[in-house]
Amino acid sequence: MNVLYLLLIPLLPFAGFLLTGLFGKAFRGSSAGLLNTTLLLISFLLSVKVVSDYFFIHGLLEDRYVPIIAFQLEWLRFSEDLVINMGVLMDPLTAVMLLVVTFISLMVHMYSIAYMKGEERFATYFSFLSLFTFSMLGLVMSSNIFQTYIFWELVGVSSFLLIGYYFQKPSAVAASKKAFIVTRFADLGFLIGILVLSYYGNSFDFLALSANLTSYDSSFHQAAIGAGFLGISALSWGLILVFMGGAGKSAMFPLHIWLPDAMEGPTPVSALIHAATMVVAGVFLVARMFALFALGGTNVLELVAWTGIISAMMAALIACTQQDIKRVLAYSTMSQIGFMMFAIGVSGYGSESGLGYTAGMFHLFTHAMFKALLFLGAGAVIHFVHSNYMDDMGGLRKMMPVTHITFLLACLAIAGIPPFAGFFSKEEILLASYNANRIIFWLALFTSGLTAFYMFRLYFSIFWKKEKAYQNHQGEGGGLLLTPLVILGILTVVSGFIPFGNFVSSDGVPVSPHLDLKFSILPVGLSLAGIIIASRLYMKESVLPEKLSARLGRIYKLLRGKFYIDEIYLFIAKKIIFRFISRPAAWVDRNIVDGLINTSAAATQLFSISTSGMQSGKLQHYAGYFLSGVLLLIVLFIFLLSN
Amino acid sequence: MEIGLNHFLVLSTALFFIGVYGFLTRRNLITLLMSVELILNSVNINFVAFNKYLYPENLDGLFFSVFIIAIAAAEAAVAIAIIINLYRNFNTIDVEETDTMKY
Repeated sequence: MNVLYLLLIPLLPFAGFLLTGLFGKAFRGSSAGLLNTTLLLISFLLSVKVVSDYFFIHGLLEDRYVPIIAFQLEWLRFSEDLVINMGVLMDPLTAVMLLVVTFISLMVHMYSIAYMKGEERFATYFSFLSLFTFSMLGLVMSSNIFQTYIFWELVGVSSFLLIGYYFQKPSAVAASKKAFIVTRFADLGFLIGILVLSYYGNSFDFLALSANLTSYDSSFHQAAIGAGFLGISALSWGLILVFMGGAGKSAMFPLHIWLPDAMEGPTPVSALIHAATMVVAGVFLVARMFALFALGGTNVLELVAWTGIISAMMAALIACTQQDIKRVLAYSTMSQIGFMMFAIGVSGYGSESGLGYTAGMFHLFTHAMFKALLFLGAGAVIHFVHSNYMDDMGGLRKMMPVTHITFLLACLAIAGIPPFAGFFSKEEILLASYNANRIIFWLALFTSGLTAFYMFRLYFSIFWKKEKAYQNHQGEGGGLLLTPLVILGILTVVSGFIPFGNFVSSDGVPVSPHLDLKFSILPVGLSLAGIIIASRLYMKESVLPEKLSARLGRIYKLLRGKFYIDEIYLFIAKKIIFRFISRPAAWVDRNIVDGLINTSAAATQLFSISTSGMQSGKLQHYAGYFLSGVLLLIVLFIFLLSN
Repeated sequence: MEIGLNHFLVLSTALFFIGVYGFLTRRNLITLLMSVELILNSVNINFVAFNKYLYPENLDGLFFSVFIIAIAAAEAAVAIAIIINLYRNFNTIDVEETDTMKY
């Protein structure tokens, strides 16, 4: 394993970040973008090389992919037992994530050169983008949980910076703050979870941790199961808290409220961070610690599964009613991440029962492709129409043929129509949930049909519906804007045929996927039905949608209001937390803490006023003080010495 | 009556405090200067007296007083120059009046 290549993968974007970040003013025109894109291209090629080396040369040991610690360095040594390392862990999961992150980031960088052209803070934008890529790569390569946490926060920071990129817009500022605070809140849980797990597991390294906490006869495991709080064992608490961090980052219910607002950032950012890579970090985290979740003897995975399916369904329902195309995509992202989550949640450990794990990661992989494509397509549309709202769009298929075709491909993929990528991964997820939990399966099936409906509602509203005259006819955009779309479009078609189970599985032993054609009839049929309904409602202008929403009345309003979760949060924050915690705290702060300080300040002032008369500026007064001081000392010394 | 060390010390102490009193109470800069001279001279007397009565074989005290006289002369020259300048600028040599630097 070539360690240098491996280390260069994250360090090249980091170099790009430093160069464009520190010397942004020196870059003229698009040169900052070109520099960072080139660095990332090298990084992508290196990761292709490293990943293929891993899969085909180093990784396979007796028919099983083994994790390799490619690089390890002792970072902090507190005591003999408590050591924090920095290292690179290479396993199938890391390999897949390396490919996804570098590739999508490369596409987005390329696209951004065209999309962000002429922006005043062009170089800054690219430095943030590279910072994000660096942090995300660091996150997926981390060999221990503490290192993961560091990069986890770095990813959060770069997301914050990029959401707030248009800082002149108050809504963008609010959105960036919201994203930061909500994920920070979740990360607090993550941190406590890390401390709990590492305390009982006696290590920070992933491998040691899962070795210590999964074998039933080890003393660590017994201690972790034995200790408890509120009737839940310490191990469960640790895993629940870690999952809380993951749920916050992955926008799972009820911590999802930041994701739709995060769409205030530039669209390529939404594609990279809030669709393809950062938001799947939670899924990645659960997958990374899957052995602990599955073999630790706890049932935290059920929590994961239910959180996933509830988020998936809720987001899909909301997505049917939103008007802002980026918000529809945001909710669809949340829904698809829910799919990944519950796929991992219903999975078991080992060959056949581990199908859910493989399926979840497969969906992560395919979803990254088609969702990035959807966002980039939406970006092109927004670039053309200068609006985010469906009402301002329609009939764009003639004006934007390339975008239209690629967008259609992505919609078909996400709807799960064969032979596009989403079909394969979604079928596997559904199969896994069918084998594990029937209730989740039916809910997932319903959600999957709904997915087809709302995606095609989006598609028809943008590209069909009504013919409109548009103000500007600058065309679809240049080659740099369209090339990523085409590349991603091709991948959306072919990436489903990758025999993913041969590479990624819960225990490293390759599993061969077997598609059951009979099983596929129902989901595909439902998706087709969703598409047909959407085409009836939205292909041409009609009053049907309005009639339908009027018919649904309350339910429609509830969905339109996103289940009023934002309002619930606001209620809790304003009416309960502000009133009963913040106000008393503010009172204490103002009257007692400030009061103490103010009193001491007033006393000092009083003292200084009363003594400031001494400072007359008259030489003779000073001489007098001096003399009396000396006399006093003399008297004192005489008195002391005579004793 | 033999004149001893104590007589000299009483004289120099008296001279010293007269000087201090003048320095603290007078407003006229010339008088202040004169008071400082009184203080210096009381020290001179001390030096010479101690030298004569305690260490008659040495001459250190005498040398010191010679130096002090020289420095006092120099100081007087500088001080008078300052006072003259002050008078030219403010038309007064009262220390109470010359407080421009205070504000």
